[in-house]
Amino acid sequence: MMRRYRQQRHRVLQIITKLLIPFILLFALYVQFHGDYGPGGGFQAGVIFAAAFIIHGLIFGVEKTRQVLSPGVVRVMMSIGVFIYALTGVWSMMKGGAYLDYNVFADNPLTGQHWGIFAVELGVGVTVTSVMISLFYSFASSRV
Amino acid sequence: MTFSEQLPALQIVIPLLGAPLCVLLRHARGAWLVTLVCNIACTLVALALVAATRDGEIIRYALGGWAAPTGIEYYIDIVNATVLLVVSFISSVVCLYAWNGAEKEVPLDRHYLFYTGWLLCVTGLLGIVITGDAFNAFVFLEISSLATYLLISLGRERNALTAAFRYLVMGSIGASFILIGVGFLYAATGTLNMVDLSERIPQAESTRTVLIAFTFLAIGLMIKAAIFPLHAWLANAYHYAPVTVTALLSGTATKVSLYLLLRFFFNIFGTEYSFGQMLLNYILLPGAIVGFVVMSAVAIFQTDLRRMLAYSSVAQIGYIVAAICLVTPLGISAGIVHIINHAMIKAALFMATGCIIYRLGHAHIQSLGGVAKSMPVTTAAFIVAGLSLIGVPLTAGFVSKFNLIAAMLEKGWWIAAALILMSSLMATIYIGRVVEIMIFRKPRLATPESSGTREAPLMMLLPLWGLIAISIFFGVFGSETLSIAASGAERLLDGRLIEAVTATAAQAGSMEVSQ
Amino acid sequence: MKILALYNYWVVIILMMAGLYIMIARHNLVKKMIGLSIFQTSIFYLYISMSKVAGGTAPILLELPSHGGHEEKGSSALEQGAADTVETVSASVQSLVSPSVSAVDSVIYSNPLPHVLILTAIVVGVATTSVGLALIVRINEAYGSIEEDDIRAMEQKDSA
Repeated sequence: MMRRYRQQRHRVLQIITKLLIPFILLFALYVQFHGDYGPGGGFQAGVIFAAAFIIHGLIFGVEKTRQVLSPGVVRVMMSIGVFIYALTGVWSMMKGGAYLDYNVFADNPLTGQHWGIFAVELGVGVTVTSVMISLFYSFASSRV
Repeated sequence: MTFSEQLPALQIVIPLLGAPLCVLLRHARGAWLVTLVCNIACTLVALALVAATRDGEIIRYALGGWAAPTGIEYYIDIVNATVLLVVSFISSVVCLYAWNGAEKEVPLDRHYLFYTGWLLCVTGLLGIVITGDAFNAFVFLEISSLATYLLISLGRERNALTAAFRYLVMGSIGASFILIGVGFLYAATGTLNMVDLSERIPQAESTRTVLIAFTFLAIGLMIKAAIFPLHAWLANAYHYAPVTVTALLSGTATKVSLYLLLRFFFNIFGTEYSFGQMLLNYILLPGAIVGFVVMSAVAIFQTDLRRMLAYSSVAQIGYIVAAICLVTPLGISAGIVHIINHAMIKAALFMATGCIIYRLGHAHIQSLGGVAKSMPVTTAAFIVAGLSLIGVPLTAGFVSKFNLIAAMLEKGWWIAAALILMSSLMATIYIGRVVEIMIFRKPRLATPESSGTREAPLMMLLPLWGLIAISIFFGVFGSETLSIAASGAERLLDGRLIEAVTATAAQAGSMEVSQ
Repeated sequence: MKILALYNYWVVIILMMAGLYIMIARHNLVKKMIGLSIFQTSIFYLYISMSKVAGGTAPILLELPSHGGHEEKGSSALEQGAADTVETVSASVQSLVSPSVSAVDSVIYSNPLPHVLILTAIVVGVATTSVGLALIVRINEAYGSIEEDDIRAMEQKDSA
């Protein structure tokens, strides 16, 4: 009874949130992939991306968000992000450059720089997103 | 670049790759194996770096191919190569020990997180040591500190949580002070690269900005290294952390902060500025001396073995700081030798304590009666390591203490030398008291757990005795560590991080690399 | 008034002291974390305000250095047969790092390096805060209180 009332009370918020989430995600992707040309990058994009999930959790309840994105997946994403970052560096070492030397990724060093920064920012973005979401999960679920 | 040129990066990348692998595995023993392999690989890399820098060579590694002033570089000479080796070696040995050592203290389903934290902590510690960039050092400091808070909070008693929280507050203040100091250095010189800093500070050293930077860095590093008046966080953290973690931290964390202190005040600010103008030695020395006298006395009255050893650690840090305060080649090399030796001795003592806790479930000194009979191998290890802590001849502790006192006498500090002997006497009392109870006191028959005790598992005893054997080796053949420490002291006292000629050569080299 | 001209330092000092005071004087652990956050924020502000160059604009490249413009500055590097594009990138980075000798002349930028450093420091600060709060949650589970006095009393009972 109480639960039903609560859900109805949040009807406006829920609909607005549903409308907002795609745009938040899209903006996060823009910040992520525009990061090597303008202001932006993995950190900011990761936080914005996570914000979409956190707002979903706040409005629809953490349980629903957990069904969308399970904590196990978040944990795997966390480590995959670090892997993307670290292995980019290892790959450049294997190609004969210094650690994270992007010049060696392509024949043209400028293209190489683009590829390298793209991969590293992707790794940062994935890690920041998943860390933020898992922080939210762990604090939201504890009953204080 | 050849493989050997990539070693500086590998030193950091190996544990950094191991950490997420542990999370992915989610398997307690698998994570242990990953950690062990990473640590051993790190030790081998550090060994290669020591061999490469042994003859005064300097390795500069430009990350991302960006040459030094623009990019972050790793800077390795004999001083930090040695510390790298100490950190990664202690971490490997303690990791081997953790197979059994951690299984009773940390719930098995959390082991993969425990080892992730471990690897991140090692990444941070190695990073602080290897980096040639002041701000990068702060970032690595925070990485290792955050992992340390996590590891401490995993202790069995609930006090571990408050100990971790208090350490977090103190540690964050310390790190923030370092951050402020680095900021003011940047404001004064416009660079963060340690080599550049050491060249530009002499021109700016009369400004108040450098003075403020110096002050903040000194206080921040003193908190992080637990130098006497600012040591309060250490006792609780070492007491309540899982004893495996304590063994790791006692051998590495404070030593790394001491290294950073050496690097900043000898090389970056320069010996003349730090000790000639700012008189840092006269600021640190009273704290160091009061530290090793009072903390040794405090250790005598502790009821818990871990807490006793924690206070003894503060006292030993006092020795190292007093040695540094001499600002003579002999004094600094005694300090470096003691950094190496104390890391091994204290890690061994905490590992022996861990063996006792593994069987008895506690480490209350008064109820250790009969341990010598039920756990003779552990007791023997404790005694040998304890003798080394006191500084009995043929042990590693003797080498460092002998050199320390010789250095003090050379400078005519008779009173300080006498106080060191007094503090050693107190070490004899607190170690002797524990040994006496272990050997001569009868076990309390009333407690059921003491009746069924037997020797600790082999996987704990092997690394423990391995560490002790090595510390004895360095006690008998102390010349090798001494000569390394002497060349390290020379590099520190020399002040400049690179000579002018090698500077351009190294830069030309790294430019070549980047193209 | 020279003292007021350095008003950014006053803001930093007041914030820093407020943070330190909260950490020392308050016994509630959450309030201690708030104090720590304020303390750290004051350092961020110190860095950011320090990097402001009088009359400088935000450190965003208004126009990418073109290849033509590059040849005037880095022609010697070209003659050496170095990879020219890398040189362009590094020249633009170099110009950002030292704004006073800005190669992209006519535009004065504020120094971007402290911004980058503080971005890192903010991330570190967030991590510290979250670890601290997580510890507080665990402390509350273990002790049933986040008041330091209560916890200390219980600790003494534990050890007795």
